Amino acid sequence: MMKSDSKSRASHPAGLKKSPTGIVGLDQITNGGLPQGRSTLVCGGTGCGKTLLAMEFLVRGATEFNEPGVFLSFEETIQDLTENVASLGFDLQKLVAQKKIVLDYVYIERSEIQQSGEYDLEGLFIRLGAAIDAIGARRVVLDTIETLFSGLPNPAILRAELRRLFRWLKEKGVTAILTGERGEKMLTRQGLEEYVSDCVIVLDHRVTEQTSSRRLRVIKYRGATHGTNEYPFLIDAEGFSVLPVTSLGLAHKASYERISSGIARLDAMLGGEGYFRGSSILISGTAGTGKSSLAAHFADAACHRGERVIYFSFEESPDQILRNMASIGINLQPWIKKGLLQIQATRPSSAGLETHLVKMHNVVNAFKPRVVILDPLNSFIFADNEIEVKSMLTRLVDYLKTEQITGLFTNLAQSSSLVGQTDVNISSVIDSWLLLRDIDSGSERNRGLSILKSRGMAHSNQIREFLLTGHGVELRDVYVGPEGVLTGSARLTKEAENEAAQLVHKQDVELRRIELERKRTTLKAQIAMLRAEFAVQEVASIKIIGQETAEKAQLAQGRVDMGVSRSVDEKPNKDKEDST
Amino acid sequence: MKSKPSSTEKQTPAPAALEHFVLKLYIAGQSPKSLNAIANIKKICEENLQGRYELKVIDLYEQPQLAQGDQIIALPTLIKKIPPPLRRIIGDLSDTERVLVGLDIQQA
Repeated sequence: MMKSDSKSRASHPAGLKKSPTGIVGLDQITNGGLPQGRSTLVCGGTGCGKTLLAMEFLVRGATEFNEPGVFLSFEETIQDLTENVASLGFDLQKLVAQKKIVLDYVYIERSEIQQSGEYDLEGLFIRLGAAIDAIGARRVVLDTIETLFSGLPNPAILRAELRRLFRWLKEKGVTAILTGERGEKMLTRQGLEEYVSDCVIVLDHRVTEQTSSRRLRVIKYRGATHGTNEYPFLIDAEGFSVLPVTSLGLAHKASYERISSGIARLDAMLGGEGYFRGSSILISGTAGTGKSSLAAHFADAACHRGERVIYFSFEESPDQILRNMASIGINLQPWIKKGLLQIQATRPSSAGLETHLVKMHNVVNAFKPRVVILDPLNSFIFADNEIEVKSMLTRLVDYLKTEQITGLFTNLAQSSSLVGQTDVNISSVIDSWLLLRDIDSGSERNRGLSILKSRGMAHSNQIREFLLTGHGVELRDVYVGPEGVLTGSARLTKEAENEAAQLVHKQDVELRRIELERKRTTLKAQIAMLRAEFAVQEVASIKIIGQETAEKAQLAQGRVDMGVSRSVDEKPNKDKEDST
Repeated sequence: MKSKPSSTEKQTPAPAALEHFVLKLYIAGQSPKSLNAIANIKKICEENLQGRYELKVIDLYEQPQLAQGDQIIALPTLIKKIPPPLRRIIGDLSDTERVLVGLDIQQA
């Protein structure tokens, strides 16, 4: 026995091989699965899911990793077991027929058994060995081996034999899961953890604030690093899922793509193009400020782009959402018919936070949406679990971001003055934060929208008035003047006043324009008259000049004629004439 | 303690004393416990059930498939199905009185 032990230790440095469980999340926590060829102890209280975890390990091994398995049940009969896991979609009968799984029910009835002298568990070894050899099993589950202690006399023998069993399993090279009921002081009632030293997983099922949540923790994993936190897990129709979201860190890619909020004015406020794809958006506001309407707009816009949307509603039923949104002109029904929109309505109190988270994960995983809406987020906040809600949201946001899914969350603020403070806890994981609030003025309640923050974009710092109309949400500029911020009727009145004032002003301007025109016309007429006068004078002047020239010419001609008649020498005369 | 069961001591064993016993002894090869068990049960049967018992010894190393049917975990295991009720006695059967009580031949 000692030999085999030291031999297996010697093989340690070669690096630990792992046997993938195929269980969502668990392989992530353990960096690849359970230690191959070794035994893992899974322990926890009644009804925490030990058997299911073990069974899924076996079934996934047989179906996905080509590793047949043996399930040795000490508690449930084969029929019970088959029926129980059928609800998870596992067809054990088929797997048994295909020789991928062997189910064996070990029945021990204490009242039938007497002890006389020394015994050992060789029968179990032979039985298990025969089952392993029959199908070439690589995986073994013993559920729950501790039953032996209540069924067989002489614990001292049992302990020695169990020790031998675990060594034997190791020699066989099978990857084993042993389950154990949680004990009071020890992890298991019989202290199985003493024998199984390679890997210990604890399952927990706890109830806080009347809601239950399941958690899983890897206490020990010899020779390998592993996530040490408590991770929430869920058992649903698809089997076991563990959420290791917090181990993902902050490595998600940031998209430069922008997507419309569904409201043009809001897009304009958000740097002109809307939200970033894959970002997280929080809409907080007091009751009735239109948070859901904004969310519905966003969903509608995404569906218009042909993207899938999941709307998680925690307060209204799907029907109610459809009716209410139709009243403001957003018709979501066609998107549901087209299969683009899914509305998931659940009560927050129906399950623990973690369960909700896992459920949301699974729904998101199955539907593969580009947009996820949670309305409203703070239904989860009960007494003082804000930190948990934050951790849940962080996980969800992390997950959505790695999947490049845009998340929009609404949050009901208790009072508008405290909005900034109460939500500080969750705001750190939020990229864009819109604030809706009531503006009380002139015995009216109006809605105002502003952007508290929006990472990575030049966003507007203005408060816009937010109107719910028959054709959706409209954003209006609020009136800001010497009287302060005006909204609603006050804004309308002010706008009317302004309009009137503008009209008067406009008329004034028009009058001046006409006056100017008139002046111009007058001036033009005067210019024309002057021109005409000038033309007359010009003609007269030209006429006088013409006459004078003609007279001069006549005079000269007369002188020549006279000279001719007086027979004057032509040349000097001619010179004289030139000089004149 | 190896006294024969006497029908006069108690009322109930009286009919049992005359009944036919069918016994199966499961063992694992030639281990000391197996050999002891065979020797012990043969002696007990000869002394207490002479002429009215059948004893079948099954070596699980040779017929491992039988382990499941008779729900064998511990070895050696002696099973009495007839007469009812079903009884199992585990161990090398060195404690004769326990065996007799276990087989309902003797009252505890």
